[in-house]
Amino acid sequence: MDLSLAAQINSVLAALILLTSFALLVQRRIQGLLHIFAWQGLLLSISTAVVGYSAGLHHLYISALLTLTLKVFALPYILYVLIHKLKIHKEVEEVVNIPTTMLIGIALVIFSYDLTSPVRELSTLLTRSTLAVALSTVMLGLLMMITRKKAVTQIVGFLSLENGLFFAATSATYGMPLVVELGVALDILIAAFIFGIFFFQIRTTFESLDLKEMEKLKEDE
Amino acid sequence: MPSPFELVSASIIVFLCISLVSAILANHQQFLVKLSNALSAAACLLAAFGGFLTVLSGSVETFILPIGLPDMPFYMRLDALSGFFISIVGLLGFFVSVYSIGYLKGFLGRRSVAPLLVFYNIFLAGMLLVLLSDDAYFFMISWELMAVSSFFLVFFEDEKVPNRRAAFIYVLIAHVGAVLILLSFGIMAGFAAGFESFHGYTFSAMRMAEMPAVWASIAFILAFAGFAAKAGIIPLHVWLPEAHPAAPSNVSALMSGVMLKTAVYGIIRVGFDMMGTPQWWWGGLVLALGLVSAVLGILYALMQSDIKRLLAYSSVENIGIIFIAVGLAMVFAYMKLGTLAALAMAAALYHMLNHAVFKGLLFMGAGAVLHATHERSMEALGGLIHKMKWTAPLFLAGCLSASALPPFNGFVSEWLIFQSFLLTPALPGRLLNLLIPLGAAALALTVALAARGFVKVFGITFLGQWRGRHDTHVAEVDWPMRAGMIMAALSCLLLGIFPNHVIGWLDAVPMSLVGGGIGETAKASGWLWLTPVAAERASYSAPLVFVWLVLVIGVLYFIFRARGVSIRRAPAWDCGFEKMTNRMQYTATSMSMPTRRIFGFAFSIREAVTVVSRRGSSLFPEKYLYRLKVRDHIWNFAYKPVSEASFWIARRVGKLQHGRIQIYLLYSFITLVVLLVFS
Repeated sequence: MDLSLAAQINSVLAALILLTSFALLVQRRIQGLLHIFAWQGLLLSISTAVVGYSAGLHHLYISALLTLTLKVFALPYILYVLIHKLKIHKEVEEVVNIPTTMLIGIALVIFSYDLTSPVRELSTLLTRSTLAVALSTVMLGLLMMITRKKAVTQIVGFLSLENGLFFAATSATYGMPLVVELGVALDILIAAFIFGIFFFQIRTTFESLDLKEMEKLKEDE
Repeated sequence: MPSPFELVSASIIVFLCISLVSAILANHQQFLVKLSNALSAAACLLAAFGGFLTVLSGSVETFILPIGLPDMPFYMRLDALSGFFISIVGLLGFFVSVYSIGYLKGFLGRRSVAPLLVFYNIFLAGMLLVLLSDDAYFFMISWELMAVSSFFLVFFEDEKVPNRRAAFIYVLIAHVGAVLILLSFGIMAGFAAGFESFHGYTFSAMRMAEMPAVWASIAFILAFAGFAAKAGIIPLHVWLPEAHPAAPSNVSALMSGVMLKTAVYGIIRVGFDMMGTPQWWWGGLVLALGLVSAVLGILYALMQSDIKRLLAYSSVENIGIIFIAVGLAMVFAYMKLGTLAALAMAAALYHMLNHAVFKGLLFMGAGAVLHATHERSMEALGGLIHKMKWTAPLFLAGCLSASALPPFNGFVSEWLIFQSFLLTPALPGRLLNLLIPLGAAALALTVALAARGFVKVFGITFLGQWRGRHDTHVAEVDWPMRAGMIMAALSCLLLGIFPNHVIGWLDAVPMSLVGGGIGETAKASGWLWLTPVAAERASYSAPLVFVWLVLVIGVLYFIFRARGVSIRRAPAWDCGFEKMTNRMQYTATSMSMPTRRIFGFAFSIREAVTVVSRRGSSLFPEKYLYRLKVRDHIWNFAYKPVSEASFWIARRVGKLQHGRIQIYLLYSFITLVVLLVFS
């Protein structure tokens, strides 16, 4: 494959990932949220495979495969089961309304591009232009965690943040060493299980998954 | 024949084993009290013997314990200085452990004594480890072991609110002190081997370190402040009068008698051994703070009516006196006056030994009174000399020693300190020349006030008439308690009568630290006469004084007996009036009233008289209520602002904590963005 073609494909994929990040911010239904998250994982996996193919780094295929199984199938499935068991069908509740969140998100993307401009000039990797997108994804994931009220949406935000980190790793240095990636993947899987257990605990304790209830845990003066 | 180091380390192992056994045998309390304390006493003797031999031969033994962090083993060293302190710990530990066999029976049936025994033995082991350690890392571990185990001992009767408060203040100040010591070691280690290497952490590396004068002074001041917090030097003494009364009496005896001494050990180790006193004002600082502590300590002591609190403040005073001698020794060592430095150092060491024994005795006596009457306030005691025929004379021996009266031991060491003041030649620095005569005067005042204080303790507690409830049954304490006190009292007497032997024994310590000794000159005129520097300057013959005293008392007794003067018994302290009730007696508060008037500026005193009942005439109310609250100024000046400021800051910082996860995430997010912008 031609290198410039690979770079172009990668850029398109990066743009799509950024789009899914915004879609996560906009989506009001939890089911939809999970679908978008799965799409984001798929795009990430394809992007990793493309980078691996064009740069000739075969361990990236394993990363891509891991991403595919974990982030496209396993995690959305676990969350889906959780939502069913907890009987959550309501809309996503947000702290800041969606248009404002979008505006903040746009500002964050511009900020990320500004921040990574020195890197883009210095780097010689074909994925260099996508670093800004990776950083934006991290920021948007964090923003999602801040602006949502319910615990499940926060987990999706956290996982999307992790996607961004992974994307940053592939785009900045052609991926982390395989051992690290395997470790991170395992962590994510375990985190998902722990979240599941916590959801049940939180709900039995507070009879709600609204994080506002957890303010009661604060020690009174 | 095992070496001294083996003896001491064997005793440490025994202590640790006892604490383990005490934890296991917690269900057999009665048996445990006997077994554990008997074993502790034996181990203490072992340690004392090891320390004694080390000082006697002046030997140095080192040992590397291959545990700890990788490549950082524990270094241990037993030299004359640590040997001297180990023998103090062992000696008093022996007396107190024998005493504890009886004393702890008072707790049986009320609460489990197992925690007390566990921490008591860890405490003893910790003190010995502090004295043996030869690197900063091991020293800090042992130091913390000692501090934390004594915290649990203070905390023992935790159902009382004042005890919990006392334990908290104690552990707080102990840790502030430990941090300062750690910083000081950090500076010394940094200069010993550079900040990249860990090999400067041994004391031997620190001894070799070349330090710029400023950094050396900073390191010394940090170490001094840290150790002073442990020693209870004013203004860092506030924990002491709280913690000592709160702890069980056998523990207070050990804390006051020997734990405070480990802090002095630290200052001598750092100031003399590791840094070698390159600045004269270090000694001046130690001397000045020692003077302040001595004078204020005894003044505060005079104000107390709680017998253990009074003794605790008296410890502040005595630690002050020891610091005076150590400070003088530092000044002389700086000026290369070997003999004088050795004199002051020997006086300091001697006073430490004496204070350990007599303060141990006094706390044991106070414990006996507490055991028999369940009362700590002198206002509710009195006339105990008739009911406690053993405790009273033994306590009196302790009082006489603490008041520095011959032939007891307190006199000898304080006399030696006076000698080092009086023999001081002209010194560099006008301030220092001013400080020396002033210091001698202040020391004289302290000693006089101390005598007054102990007249009060003994007079109010043991003389006069019983002030408490009529139905209280007071019985003399049992034999193990008496045995502990008798041995301590005998040591007070022997240490006072044979000073030449003691000085000859401990001479190895000043020899190794200041390069001079007074062992030879002290016994130049024979064993009967103590001549610290030269016979024509000053001499004191303790054995002759003792013999004279015994003769005079014996002859007087014989004369009165021979003349057949009959003894007339009358109500005590009734001043010739009849029908005095025991509530009309002189009390502890009234006895300290003149001092309160003269030295009132040193305290914050709140006095109030209110009329409670006005039945009958309005001019002669029936009942008054007199309230008196005496506190030291230092609490208001130094501690209150700090504690209020920390609460204020904590409240402000606490506002950050909303309990909402989104807000916490926002904090991280903002931090991330800010760091990215300014990176």
